[in-house]
Amino acid sequence: MKTAHNKKWGDVIFRGITLAFALGILALFAAIVGNLWHESLPSIHKFGFSFLTSDAWNPVKDDFGAYIAIVGTLVSTLLAMLIAVPISIGVALFLAELAPEWMKAPFGTAIELLAAIPSIVYGMWRLFVLAPLMSDHVQPWLAEHFGFLPFFTGPAMGIGMLTAGLVLALMILPFIASVTRDVFLMVPQNLKEAAYGMGCTTWEVVRDIMIPYGKKGIAGAVFLGMGRALGETMAITFVIGNAYHLSWSLFAPGTSIASALANEFTEADSDIYLSSLVELGLVLFLITFIVLGIAQLWLKRGNQGGGR
Amino acid sequence: MIRRQRRILVNRIILGLSGAAATLGLVMLTWILGDVALRGLQAVNWTFFTELPTPPGMEGGGLANAIVGTLLMTVAATCMSVPFGVLAGTWLSEFGRDSKLGGVIRYFSDIMVSAPSIVIGVFVYVVMVRPMGHFSGWAGAVSLAIIMLPVVSRTTEEMLKLVPHELREAALALGAPYWKIMPQVIYKAAAAGMATGIMLAVARVAGETAPLLFTAMNSPYWMESMNEPMANLTVALFNYAMSPYDDWQTKAWGAAFLITMAVLFATILTRLILHKRSSH
Repeated sequence: MKTAHNKKWGDVIFRGITLAFALGILALFAAIVGNLWHESLPSIHKFGFSFLTSDAWNPVKDDFGAYIAIVGTLVSTLLAMLIAVPISIGVALFLAELAPEWMKAPFGTAIELLAAIPSIVYGMWRLFVLAPLMSDHVQPWLAEHFGFLPFFTGPAMGIGMLTAGLVLALMILPFIASVTRDVFLMVPQNLKEAAYGMGCTTWEVVRDIMIPYGKKGIAGAVFLGMGRALGETMAITFVIGNAYHLSWSLFAPGTSIASALANEFTEADSDIYLSSLVELGLVLFLITFIVLGIAQLWLKRGNQGGGR
Repeated sequence: MIRRQRRILVNRIILGLSGAAATLGLVMLTWILGDVALRGLQAVNWTFFTELPTPPGMEGGGLANAIVGTLLMTVAATCMSVPFGVLAGTWLSEFGRDSKLGGVIRYFSDIMVSAPSIVIGVFVYVVMVRPMGHFSGWAGAVSLAIIMLPVVSRTTEEMLKLVPHELREAALALGAPYWKIMPQVIYKAAAAGMATGIMLAVARVAGETAPLLFTAMNSPYWMESMNEPMANLTVALFNYAMSPYDDWQTKAWGAAFLITMAVLFATILTRLILHKRSSH
């Protein structure tokens, strides 16, 4: 009787302890949001909603607004997505369906290794290898041929939005590609075989069977990559130029929320300056929360089959 | 027939484009790794591992304190996040598998896996660095641990789910209580997978810079305890790469080489373990 009693209580305690730690993850999440909110209060009280729409960033006069940093974050992410999404879907198709069997393993490993390289290494490589290449060759070429567009004007310094977008694209490309490949691999073999049996070419199977079947999952992968790009710090901080003004030109230096935090956080000398930076962090956290939340919903639904 | 030829042509074009995209990925990998290896190897020598950094502008010296600092903080972060993550993952797999609460916890941890790491740094600055009044190795370790935690708990959960239900039933039939079955049967059965998850989490934080910028900061000296600003490879890399000195920039490549090799080694090792398991 006694041992049975002990056994029961042992299990209850075990279950309670594991539950406490599982809830600890939720508590941690709440603590992050709560503390950031509390710390932003001075800035929220002082600037109110106009914090989001003001383009001021003046540490001397203690006047701060997030507009430029938010736009910088969104523009660099958008650029990155425009470049990365088509290429990474191509890579995923190649890895999942088109490549000959003997090529799948080495290419797949290469893509996964690319995804594992720390972002600071990407950032540094861009600064020393790619930025000179951009300023000497790519940007002058763009300016010469597309200079009538406002995006490609101004001095070619090699740093700035375009370079930042390219770094981000290169960083999230392997990430989106490997998740998309997994989505494609989940398409049932018999569906594909039925289509091949009717005489479809590989591309027709991809277009009419695999992409419709996995579209939710693909969208999830894209949003996951976008979440990464939004919050990426080190790869951008090196090359974005860190300047607080808006310009139509993609050659011009700009700033993003993450790079502003990385550059200025330890230099903040007044309470309101620090509070404004924390509020920037909170804004970034909320934006990525929404994007990643959508990604998780779609990936989950994609996994549950059907994909319709 | 023309229609058929067109279909085949379109197919070839798409095949070619997607092959080109994959080749581009491979080229980028070789390009980046090649640059990191070529430039990094110039910096990596005996003094790089054994000596302290020199004052700005002076040649020579090494990054010994940063190497030790990164190792110490990573180990401390692992010690904090692994028990936490394994227990949380245990609940998710064993007790909360189909519950609503389990779904909610899973959802939030998946979001935290990809949450911007610099925001974690801001959080730790607010709750640890400012109350304590100084940057410290502990604060750096805590922010790394927060980043590791969801990775560890989610992979633990996935690996425990792979253990067949019959194993639990067999042990229960012998009269063993659940809290004894878990460590003696289930964790043992899932050990390789759980170790892989932990290694993935370590590989993830070993290259993290953003959360260390304003928690551990950096330091040119040997640390006397974890309770002071602590040198680490990634922040040193950042500072050195942004510096105007050639010698420091070379050292930054050396640091990049070390970090990249460590991370890639861990990634390849985990792949090998997983591959071996799945081919059984």
